[in-house]
Amino acid sequence: MEHTVSAYDDDLKAIARMVTEIGGLAERAVGDSVAALTRLDLALAQRVVAGDKELDRLQHEIEEKAILVIARRQPMANDLREIVGAMRIANDIERIGDLAKNIAKRVVAINGVFPNKQLITGVEHMCEIALQQLKRVLDAFASQDDQAAGAVRQRDDEIDALYTSLFRELLTYMMEDPRNLTFCIHLLFCAKNIERIGDHATNIAESVHYVVTGRSYEEERPKADASITSTISGS
Amino acid sequence: MSAVQATTAFDTVRTPDPANRPIKIHTASVKVTYGQKEALHGVSIDIPERAVTAFIGPSGCGKSTFLRCINRMNDTIAGARVEGTIKLDDQDIYDPDLDVVELRARVGMVFQKPNPFPKSIFDNVAYGPRIHGLARSKADLEEIVVTSLQKASLFNEVKDRLNEPGTGLSGGQQQRLCIARAIAVSPEVILMDEPCSALDPIATAKVEELIDELRANFTIVIVTHSMQQAARVSQRTAFFHLGHLIEEGPTDHVFTNPLEQRTQDYITGRFG
Repeated sequence: MEHTVSAYDDDLKAIARMVTEIGGLAERAVGDSVAALTRLDLALAQRVVAGDKELDRLQHEIEEKAILVIARRQPMANDLREIVGAMRIANDIERIGDLAKNIAKRVVAINGVFPNKQLITGVEHMCEIALQQLKRVLDAFASQDDQAAGAVRQRDDEIDALYTSLFRELLTYMMEDPRNLTFCIHLLFCAKNIERIGDHATNIAESVHYVVTGRSYEEERPKADASITSTISGS
Repeated sequence: MSAVQATTAFDTVRTPDPANRPIKIHTASVKVTYGQKEALHGVSIDIPERAVTAFIGPSGCGKSTFLRCINRMNDTIAGARVEGTIKLDDQDIYDPDLDVVELRARVGMVFQKPNPFPKSIFDNVAYGPRIHGLARSKADLEEIVVTSLQKASLFNEVKDRLNEPGTGLSGGQQQRLCIARAIAVSPEVILMDEPCSALDPIATAKVEELIDELRANFTIVIVTHSMQQAARVSQRTAFFHLGHLIEEGPTDHVFTNPLEQRTQDYITGRFG
């Protein structure tokens, strides 16, 4: 049902539209940063770095608009949850943009170092899943689909597992030849960034769940990042 | 998908009191008829002690009618008939043997428009204790008046002009004078029917602050059209619509996550 005051509906729609927009920008930044990494495309990497400003700007705009609506209309119930959700989601997306920017910066650093294609493929694969997760969770927000958000939250352990196995592989390479160190460490950070992007997608899923149902998840989400407990002898 | 349910039945959706306060007023299946017209179609709600319960709902939903049942104000309206059970501490307030005057001393009321008597500030507050014989001496009465004005956060503003007419005060002060008058007879329950709707925001804030202080000692029931006010001052909220009690629960819950579709539509400003 629509609000008695139609300008209120316009405000809420405008916020939702901006969240979709910033989400689209973040998806593209993540995809481009990993494409720049696989192709060692410096120009593309620089575009990703430069594009982060727009993400920051939009996040600010969403926050300002949300604060204005709260001040002006004193939203209640699902309206209030939607506005708070939009602010939280925009924050997560802004962080995702920062992580993509960090990957792009590393492309410049890796350039000139002999890259191992197989390892990069592992990062690429992680990125594909992270992007799917991001896309699905943004769609879930747009359509207020709690089930779809729940599915995203359940799937994050896949990225975690990939990260753990890549972590072990990188350790092996580094032990084999110290000349691999620079490349492997940059790649490890890239992989960690993507793993963090997955975590932000899960945060967004949790925000969607709150927006739609008014409740928080009670059970812990599945976790498969075992890299924290990995050691060289154990790898 | 959403947590909100759309029911058409008139079963009240209830969320229990997490603080588990003792019940001060118990009501069951309260129906009110004005002549041929049934205004309340069977309302059951328990009102907890030493807490603020807010009644919200669009005009004509029956919230004021229900409030006025609690101290039998509807008795004064010709053709009004009240059915069902209303108990104050296990005592049936519609018991024919009950003294209505005594009941109204236990259940005080503050109205929408401040209505001080055309008497001095002192006499406004002293009126109740005098007719109920609560003061043994002049000094006793003075003390009751002073403490009541203090409890109503008005004393400092009027202490130098207690003999001036109450009607000379500002609207907000007049309303606090009415609250002082209500608490002078040491009631257990205070009913407030839109106590701030005629006041400016500062005076409203003062009354709200007062309500928050009073709930330590009194059971308060407030009818308000301001959803924000209900959210600010009350611990429990009851939503009325077309003579039915639709939902009642903890205020924090009702305003962030109402369970019934009609409650959500009303508090978010979507009512048809």
